[in-house]
Amino acid sequence: MSVAENRVATDKPSFFGYLVEFDNVDSLIHAAEKVRDAGYTNWDAHTPFPVHGMDRAMGIRYTKLPLVILGGGLTGLGGALLMQWWMNAVNYPYIISGKPFWSIPANIPVMFELTVLFSALTTVFGMLAFNKLPQWRHGVFSSARFARATDDRFFISVEATDPKFDAKKTADFLAGLGGSEVEALED
Amino acid sequence: MSENRDVQLELGRTPLVIGGRDFHAVTEMVSSVVERRKWPIGWYIAFTISAGGLGLLGAMIGWLFYKGVGVWGVNNPVGWGYAIINFVFWVGIGHAGTLISAILYLFRQRWRTSINRFAEAMTIFAVICALVFPGIHVGRPWLAWWLFPLPYPQNMWPNFRSPLLWDVFAVGTYFTVSLLFWYVGLIPDIATIRDRATTKIRRVLYGFFALGWRGSHRHWHRYEVAYMILAALATPLVLSVHSVVSFDFATSQLPGWHTTIFPPYFVAGAIFSGFAMVLTLMIPCRTIFGMQDLVTMRHLENMCRILLATGMMVGYAYSIEFFIAWYGGNPYERFAFINRAFGPYAWGYWTMVSCNVLSPQIFWFRWARRNIGVMFVISIFVNIGMWFERFVIVVSSLSRDFLPAAWAYYRPTWVDIATFVGSFGLFMTLFLLFIRFLPMMAMAEIKGVMPEAHPHHGPDPAERRGTDLGGPTLQPAGALGRGREQ
Repeated sequence: MSVAENRVATDKPSFFGYLVEFDNVDSLIHAAEKVRDAGYTNWDAHTPFPVHGMDRAMGIRYTKLPLVILGGGLTGLGGALLMQWWMNAVNYPYIISGKPFWSIPANIPVMFELTVLFSALTTVFGMLAFNKLPQWRHGVFSSARFARATDDRFFISVEATDPKFDAKKTADFLAGLGGSEVEALED
Repeated sequence: MSENRDVQLELGRTPLVIGGRDFHAVTEMVSSVVERRKWPIGWYIAFTISAGGLGLLGAMIGWLFYKGVGVWGVNNPVGWGYAIINFVFWVGIGHAGTLISAILYLFRQRWRTSINRFAEAMTIFAVICALVFPGIHVGRPWLAWWLFPLPYPQNMWPNFRSPLLWDVFAVGTYFTVSLLFWYVGLIPDIATIRDRATTKIRRVLYGFFALGWRGSHRHWHRYEVAYMILAALATPLVLSVHSVVSFDFATSQLPGWHTTIFPPYFVAGAIFSGFAMVLTLMIPCRTIFGMQDLVTMRHLENMCRILLATGMMVGYAYSIEFFIAWYGGNPYERFAFINRAFGPYAWGYWTMVSCNVLSPQIFWFRWARRNIGVMFVISIFVNIGMWFERFVIVVSSLSRDFLPAAWAYYRPTWVDIATFVGSFGLFMTLFLLFIRFLPMMAMAEIKGVMPEAHPHHGPDPAERRGTDLGGPTLQPAGALGRGREQ
């Protein structure tokens, strides 16, 4: 049964993938290493808190988020500089205590604050965008026991869209990882 | 394996979560507070009083807008009265929240985890209270948009060389960043509440704000990077905010304000007052909701130590101010400080010194750092003392400046006092709503510092699989790890 066929069967919920549950961090990490080594790409681990060592166990590459944030911060810095220069030195020059119309030191506090503001906004919205959140509908939520992924259980899900996915072989493979029995997810 | 070493170091001391709690027990303990159907009668009483205070604030602001700033006690030369004192007081209180959530995070002070959510919420509510005062202080709220660099009808722009404008940017950024930091920390915990929801309305509401969080490790990876960067941004930010607030004073020519020590002195004072406020709020909450296993005596003891340290920093700043007033050789400066300690506002000055410098000295004694009653009383003293610090700085300097002919004594009116009392109503109302509807401790983070959260700690997985999954924790947390390090 291929995924495409399943999707065509209209009004029935379509098949999303498999879910397997673990009750502690060590079994999860060992299982994740095996899934990684088996060559799956479209899979995930679900944990109630960030588990250290999972990045390597899952083969996750370091995110590009910091670069995007640098861009955001530089935008804030440059924007603040331009704004103050244009407003106070070009468009409406102030004559105050014989000071120069344009002097960087007086502009540093606002430059600093806007750098931080833009960086922080980029950090949060960039993180959400990279994570494709908000996404209120997802296949893993079709499992009743998945509610414990935010409590005290650890899960691995493999999606049917993975190129290596095979309904039978993947189920057998996941069953051998030392977790609970394998559950089929609907989308 | 530095991660593991950290855990081991932690375990050498009192564990951060005591009472043999496992992951589920942490979820249960924190979420059950939010999920209660019947709330303790004390909450309703507190909420009624706070909402009354909020109403008082609204009435006082309405009266101010109706009559004008004449209802306040400000006079000439004391043109800055309660409004700026309260502004600085509330902004300062916010600072401990950011210190706990960002600076202690960067220094890997894991004990912060059970108090950071609480402290961040306090930051946000304190900054809201602070923002009220600059918004109303000219009595013409319809001109408040002049604060921002928007094109004015007169084709003028705000003056970017004024520290008052820097304040707008500093406090505005501080509020935005604190709110983002708080919300990012809340997302996984709101998801926990969503997954435990029993009613449709809770599932929909918490589900909406959880943004569909599914604990994905690919998400956690970016989340942790984002959280760390936010902490790294918030750290210089918090130092800048109170520095900029102090520039409002320090860049003026007024004796008593015109000192270079102000930025670090204000920042230390802000952290000092904020920690006192965290203790004031935390001690009753911890007892009422039975959180003694999550907010342990060790947490409280650490906070007392910080109070002692920052209290001495402000004490040092007070004495250096006097030293410079003498050593600087400026007669006006010297007069301002003699006047501060022995002039008409000496009562305010000595209240400040006794509350801020003398009262925390009791924390040199271990029994005092471990006595709930003592710390609660001292935290109240510090709150009072830090309010008086701002009162002394603002009023004693302004009321007697260069020319004796221009001197005047400042007295607040009943409207000043009622507005200040009302701002506590606003603060407490927001705070009580927070503990009612949102998880007051960062569950995901607390779980992350428990020994079971770290691979290769605790019993072997094979052994563990045999035990009951939902049962109590496998071993007392403190017994783990020490001898098992590879």
